[in-house]
Amino acid sequence: MSAAEDAQAATATRNGWLLSAPALAILTFAAAGPLLIVLVYSFLTPGRYGNVEWALNFDGWIGILYTKDIFDETLKLADANMSIFWRSIKLSFLTTIITFAVGFPTAWFIATRPPKARALWLFLITIPFWTNLLIRTFAINEVIRNEGLMNTVLLWSGIISEPIRIIYTDTAVFIGMAYVYLPLMVLPLFASIDRFDMKLLEAGYDLYASRMQVLRRVILPIVKPGIVAGSILVFVPSLGAYVTPRVLGGGKNMMIGNFIELQFGQGRNWPLGAALSMTLLFVVMVALLFYVRAANGEKKNG
Amino acid sequence: MTEVTAVEARNAVKAFGQGEASVRALDDVSIKINKGEFFTLLGPSGCGKTTLLRLIAGFEMPTSGTILLEGADITYLPPNKRPVNTVFQSYALFPHLTVAQNIGFGLEMQGRPRAEVKATVDRMLALVKLEPMANRKTSQLSGGQQQRVALARALAPAPKVLLLDEPLSALDLKLRKEMQIELKRLQMETGITFVFVTHDQEEALTMSDRIGVMSAGKLQQIGTPREIYTKPVNRFVASFIGETNFLPARRDGDALRLGEGHLIELPAGVPEGRAVTVTVRPEQVRLVDASEAGAIPATVQSLVYFGTDTHCHMALADGTEVVARLQSSATGEAALAQGQKVAFRFAAGAVQVLED
Repeated sequence: MSAAEDAQAATATRNGWLLSAPALAILTFAAAGPLLIVLVYSFLTPGRYGNVEWALNFDGWIGILYTKDIFDETLKLADANMSIFWRSIKLSFLTTIITFAVGFPTAWFIATRPPKARALWLFLITIPFWTNLLIRTFAINEVIRNEGLMNTVLLWSGIISEPIRIIYTDTAVFIGMAYVYLPLMVLPLFASIDRFDMKLLEAGYDLYASRMQVLRRVILPIVKPGIVAGSILVFVPSLGAYVTPRVLGGGKNMMIGNFIELQFGQGRNWPLGAALSMTLLFVVMVALLFYVRAANGEKKNG
Repeated sequence: MTEVTAVEARNAVKAFGQGEASVRALDDVSIKINKGEFFTLLGPSGCGKTTLLRLIAGFEMPTSGTILLEGADITYLPPNKRPVNTVFQSYALFPHLTVAQNIGFGLEMQGRPRAEVKATVDRMLALVKLEPMANRKTSQLSGGQQQRVALARALAPAPKVLLLDEPLSALDLKLRKEMQIELKRLQMETGITFVFVTHDQEEALTMSDRIGVMSAGKLQQIGTPREIYTKPVNRFVASFIGETNFLPARRDGDALRLGEGHLIELPAGVPEGRAVTVTVRPEQVRLVDASEAGAIPATVQSLVYFGTDTHCHMALADGTEVVARLQSSATGEAALAQGQKVAFRFAAGAVQVLED
């Protein structure tokens, strides 16, 4: 390489850094910085009226799994915390499954429309994003609560004699999350199916595959990137969901998000909240790693 | 020799659209394709040849009519139940599978034992000379190699009929010529009936045992390449395959009068009185001495040099144009000049009378 080319390469590198500087700055101050603060807070002592005192303390991390007895200070496994973790994981998993089950046919339907109609359907899918999440969640509340739309209609028509009690249960949270996160599943699935060459269906049928075999052996493996992306986009925010369990789950059916909020609010235990946040982050990271690796591994073998 | 029919269409009609707006892609087509034959459906785009192929494959159902495979009615059988495989124009290889997995797909779906699948895949890889590529992804292959995988994949389950939908159209000229020979070889080696769809008349002529020429949803003519080329039944077939001269003519006693002028030998099948069109291939037009009996005088309009031969465009006295293809080695061909007075004759039996 000549000296002139060296200089040119150096300029290109410098320009690259300069151009990405604003993004890097934002990432540093808005993502890495706060994360670091949360990490540090999780090792501090809770202040009497919230906030933290600058003294090293591991109670925050211990509090994730154990409760301290008020009198003799012995540690007991925190059943309440366990049930919150379990509920979060269970509901997030179910939400991912149901959004896939509903979202896949939806995305397939949209991707197989003529281009003009396709734009309209995609537009309809994105409409919910225009409204605030809180308002949408209250709308769901209005539909499923005991005196809500669903029960009123069912009672009036005589199908049921007592209102179906869904509101403030896990089912309500599940319905709300499935509704809220469905577009996040549909859009990546659509992007993936849209690129799918429909001629491959004919090739599959031609080569003696039944409809089920075409789905399992041709369609699913090829649109897998969309399935992976959609599942991640639904599972991760579901795990940290806050508004939906708050509005539809009442106060009792907390998820991790609400539990964390509680520590920073009424609980006045910032270190525990910080430790819980870090745990959530860690759980999500591990889950993603396993999931992506499993998805790729299958591709190599299959 | 009695021929066994591999696949047959009886009065097949395929209409797209509803009511008055409906278009007949196939208009009452009946055809018998013999076992072990290389049969080509030839025609311009939109003539219905691909529709007929899709009816045989089972991707479409006919509006009316019947499709038979070795005598059995398969009209409404789904594609995965038909012992017929297709080589698609775009190849439609499975991008998530390797070359070997692509080739083995059909056998696996048929539920053949693993050992048999492997043996057949190996045999197919050898047949299309792709053994070193067995474990590559299809996206890593060149166009010609992808073509071979598509062929091997369709041949692996040993179908009763192999359907090929313009498989060579995506290849460049040189590769196309190679694949023409390759296809013919594969057909000979496997003995499988090939139904090949193309709009390329040269492909059709060089590879086929028989050709069915299609236009506007109808079969125009079925015959061997030689029959189709030398004895076209109508103007469409004559003009679609090769180059040719069209001349208005009329029977005059025991001779045929070209235009207003010259009499030539009367071919068979010309009715008295009515005007007809005759066709003569340019290579059947010979320049002769003006004094020779039956020689027709003309004036050279232009000369186009093609290397192996020269096209000599001539005009008769009444303005009718005739093209002669002269071999470049022919005596005096190089000495011709525009505006020169010449004379020509048609080779005996070269004049064909067209139906319309």
